[in-house]
Amino acid sequence: MNLRKYLKVYKKFLHTSLASELEYKTNILVDLITAILSLVGSIFLLSIFFQNNGYIGGWKFEQALIIQAIYTILNGITNTWFNPNLTEIVKHIREGTLDFVLLKPIDSQFFISLKKINPSGFLEIMLGFFLLIFCIRINQINLNLSFLSQSLITISCSICILYSLWFFISTTTIWFVKTWNAIEVLRSFLYIGRFPLNSFSFSLRVFFSIIIPIAFITTIPSEVFLGLSQLWKILLEVIVASVFLITSRKFWLFALKFYTSASS
Amino acid sequence: MIFNLINRKIFTLLKVQYSNMLEYRVEIALWAISGIIPFFMLNIWTNNNLNESINISDIMLSRYFLCAFFVRQFSVVWVVFSFEEDSLMGKVSPYLIQPLNPFFRYFAQHLAEQITRFPFALIIAFFFFIFNPESLWIPNLGILLLSIVSTFLSFLIQFLIQSIVACLCFWTEKASSIERLLFIPTLFLSGLLAPVVSFPAYVKSWIYLTPFPYLIDFPANLLSGNETNISGGLIMQILWIFLLFPLFKKIWSAGTKKYTAMGS
Repeated sequence: MNLRKYLKVYKKFLHTSLASELEYKTNILVDLITAILSLVGSIFLLSIFFQNNGYIGGWKFEQALIIQAIYTILNGITNTWFNPNLTEIVKHIREGTLDFVLLKPIDSQFFISLKKINPSGFLEIMLGFFLLIFCIRINQINLNLSFLSQSLITISCSICILYSLWFFISTTTIWFVKTWNAIEVLRSFLYIGRFPLNSFSFSLRVFFSIIIPIAFITTIPSEVFLGLSQLWKILLEVIVASVFLITSRKFWLFALKFYTSASS
Repeated sequence: MIFNLINRKIFTLLKVQYSNMLEYRVEIALWAISGIIPFFMLNIWTNNNLNESINISDIMLSRYFLCAFFVRQFSVVWVVFSFEEDSLMGKVSPYLIQPLNPFFRYFAQHLAEQITRFPFALIIAFFFFIFNPESLWIPNLGILLLSIVSTFLSFLIQFLIQSIVACLCFWTEKASSIERLLFIPTLFLSGLLAPVVSFPAYVKSWIYLTPFPYLIDFPANLLSGNETNISGGLIMQILWIFLLFPLFKKIWSAGTKKYTAMGS
């Protein structure tokens, strides 16, 4: 495949969407404050949980902070790439402008997944990284090569799972037209990714690892950071991520067969 | 005569909006589902026995979170998002000519949505009681009426705050990012994720002066039969409404003078 062409196209995407987003500079500042406040808020909530307990689901406060950090990074990625693009799909399908996307000599999934970018999400990602570095210090984690590669693998798998979940729901727009609300449902489910999986009851744990694999998204990378994760868990996450990516791709191609265009 | 006219206007508005909302039943059902975060929080609280430290039994806490879910369902406000879209598209212009403040239209929209949402919220509550049969209770009629009133007052406070933010659309194009900023303290301080009693003392000392605990914590405590200061809470709610209403009127009259009818 001509990777160079795609890279070139992506550069153009970046350029145009950054240019249009930077029109609203105060907006970016407000978004930054929102991201900081929401992190402060969730740490506040966590501190309420821990005020009289040393452990929650077997996690100490310092350890649970790692989950917050990873959640913040992933949420930043969602806000930067997934949210602006995949909500656009709904618009494309409702207004029939998906026609123009399909006619372009470029992969349609690539186009609709990466067209837009929201720069205020970067700040959230940075915020998450700062917290993560802080956590590495307070938990006295040794940085070595195998640890770094493991954490890199698990976090990229989490990103893949997250992307597939979003893309999956957005694809259903082809049949249901308005899936904006289904995305809200996903968002509220993702919210539990802020807490260690073990703090939930058994039935919820099963639900969130088998039906919607939110458990894989934040808990497994955090376990890797703490050196608690076994190899089979990492392998499992790789498998789940690839299954999700492949099915979401297949599902998109399948759904396109049912696309009938609108208002034309 | 005048009263009769206003009455008829409100009735017609409600009827139109209700039939409009019924069109989007599925979406509203999804909205209702996306509000189940309090149940996840309840799961963390009871599964880790966190409630022992704040002297609330499992049953009372599960009632509290169920009521928090209900109060939230009937006090969700999105006027700023509707108004922003209408204002950017220039749809506000025809509304301004009509002898009726456009916010009445949005107000009727919200009320109609709540009526449509009611059965779905009941279904979710039904499932909640299937899983937690021991927390079933019937509040007495007086308490029920009072909590309906206080939920409505909570809705009014949030509607007024958001309308004030919405009026900022007259000055800036993206007022919704300010609303997203305000939503963060609402989320963490209103009692949706943790009852206000469980907050640390340094927060409890000032939080009762802000409007936040009266949005969800107070009505939910009232309905669930947890300890709360009934008259004090209601007075504070009414006080906030009396404070916010003149502010809204002022910003509305200043904003309409600024209005430039974008997009038309």
